[in-house]
Amino acid sequence: MAAGTHQRTSLGRTVAICSGLLVLLAIAFLVSSVLGAQRLSFSGALCALSGSANCNLSGAERAILFDIRVPRILLAGAVGTCLAAAGAAYQALLRNPLAEPYLLGVSNGAAVGTMAALVFFGAHEWSRPVMAFAGAAAATLAVYRLARGRVGATPERLILAGVIVTTFLSSAIVFITTVMDATRIRSFTFWLLGDLSGTTSNLLIIAFAAAAIGVIALVLNARALNLMMLGERDAFDLGVEVSRVRLIVFAAASLLVGASVASSGSVGYVGLVVPHLVRLSFGSDNRLVIPAAAIAGATFVIVADTVARTVIAPRELPVGAITALIGAPLFVYLLRRGNASV
Amino acid sequence: MLEARNITVSYDARVAVQDVSLRVEPAKVISIIGPNGAGKSTLLRVLNGTGKAVAGEVLLDDIRIDQYARRAVAQRIAVVAQEADVRFPVTVFEFVLGGRYAWANVSAWGWESERDIELAHTAIRETELEGFESRLMNELSGGERQRAVLARALATEAKVFLLDEPTANLDLAHQATMLRLIRSRCDTSESAAVVVTHDVNLAAEFSDLVMLLKAGRSVAFGPPSEVLSEKLLKEVFDLQVLVDAHPVSGAPRVTPIHTQG
Repeated sequence: MAAGTHQRTSLGRTVAICSGLLVLLAIAFLVSSVLGAQRLSFSGALCALSGSANCNLSGAERAILFDIRVPRILLAGAVGTCLAAAGAAYQALLRNPLAEPYLLGVSNGAAVGTMAALVFFGAHEWSRPVMAFAGAAAATLAVYRLARGRVGATPERLILAGVIVTTFLSSAIVFITTVMDATRIRSFTFWLLGDLSGTTSNLLIIAFAAAAIGVIALVLNARALNLMMLGERDAFDLGVEVSRVRLIVFAAASLLVGASVASSGSVGYVGLVVPHLVRLSFGSDNRLVIPAAAIAGATFVIVADTVARTVIAPRELPVGAITALIGAPLFVYLLRRGNASV
Repeated sequence: MLEARNITVSYDARVAVQDVSLRVEPAKVISIIGPNGAGKSTLLRVLNGTGKAVAGEVLLDDIRIDQYARRAVAQRIAVVAQEADVRFPVTVFEFVLGGRYAWANVSAWGWESERDIELAHTAIRETELEGFESRLMNELSGGERQRAVLARALATEAKVFLLDEPTANLDLAHQATMLRLIRSRCDTSESAAVVVTHDVNLAAEFSDLVMLLKAGRSVAFGPPSEVLSEKLLKEVFDLQVLVDAHPVSGAPRVTPIHTQG
């Protein structure tokens, strides 16, 4: 285990680690913006991104950078932040490091909401995140009720609850896609696996706003979550207003998942992989885990999406396929190792 | 400091605690003894304001406990419950520091002060966990974990300690150490403790008062020498026992008689 794991977390340490992670994020942003079907020059991209108009880029290259790459990278970052922070929150709330929005069926709940919005209020772009939030919240509530025993969610209970919620919602998704016309089905299938290509500026704004509100709400309750993840009764005895904190964390996590699914479909395993790596490297204090996972999550999805759109360029893979390729084996590993540690 | 008046608790039709009254006084240790399912843990939870009584009331410093914010209760009452399972890699020091939550300036956020850290170190020293600070909770033995739970309670600086079988996982030496620690904390800082235990002899040794609980009712409440009699223990546990005096301490010593028929 990393040497830093056992160090006590302080504000200074949190700021230092988050700053380091922000530097990594900036590097990922830059590298991702030059890679793709059309390779851009690094210095040209850096120059253009810093706001200068007089760079060594053609008009077409500028258009690729600012109209295609940058919005997509921004969306990937927002989605990664949302999912990683939500994953850390679900893990603390369900007292189980295997909890993850995709595996719990929460992403599916948000997907059903988004699809219902498209079917019934197709003209109103704003209805998608709102319905996605409602769907995520309903799925969160269902999985929470199903998974919790007296001592918190055991891994078996949690996975079963996730499977039940997921399969139920999957049949709802099948139903909706069946009643829709055939031309939209293909794009839906792609979207369901996580698709970052269909962004609009409104969705981008919503994703950023949700990420900011959700992460701040979680960070403000992080010290309480430290106690709640060790047992709600103990937390209550130690002075935590458990029901209030639980409600806030529920709402914040649903908001995060809803916003990310509404804008990019269900990208799986981000909420598992990123908080796990953060805890392994820096320990379990949520005052550090949540902001660090939020930043590292952005980096992770930006990198995954860069891979998704470059490995078989000019064609693309859904970003969810890449994250699942990394996340599913990790999940199996964690499950086999039992619940003794992370 | 903490008083229960005519507490009755029932779940649906089943009565768990019936008409129990209890006064917790400074520098006193009270033990609650009784068979499994007698309502001991339930009573403890009501004393902490966690469990709800259908009749009676609990007063903390003369004010009903449900009038307090949770943080205010947690500043006054510390609970040592049967141990939680820890699935996250939390260090012993972080765990003990959790006891300082109720004293944070900003409730759900914020960082521990120097004083919080100092108190956590003291509690770790008292529970003989020095050197374990950076060990992970889920790598400890049951006994070490239980001492960490007690350390967290000591770090709260609460005046009332409610302990639910605090010695269940401890070896002989550590059982005595823990109870002596609770005893001395009560004597030196005018604190008080209510201990639910199955160990009648430890209760006799370390408590000022003993309550015998059977089927939710307080059968007897008084000094160990009065309460721990062969007749009362036979009534409560339906078990023949021999009570004599401990050769060193002079406290009542209870020995079950396991002959058949």
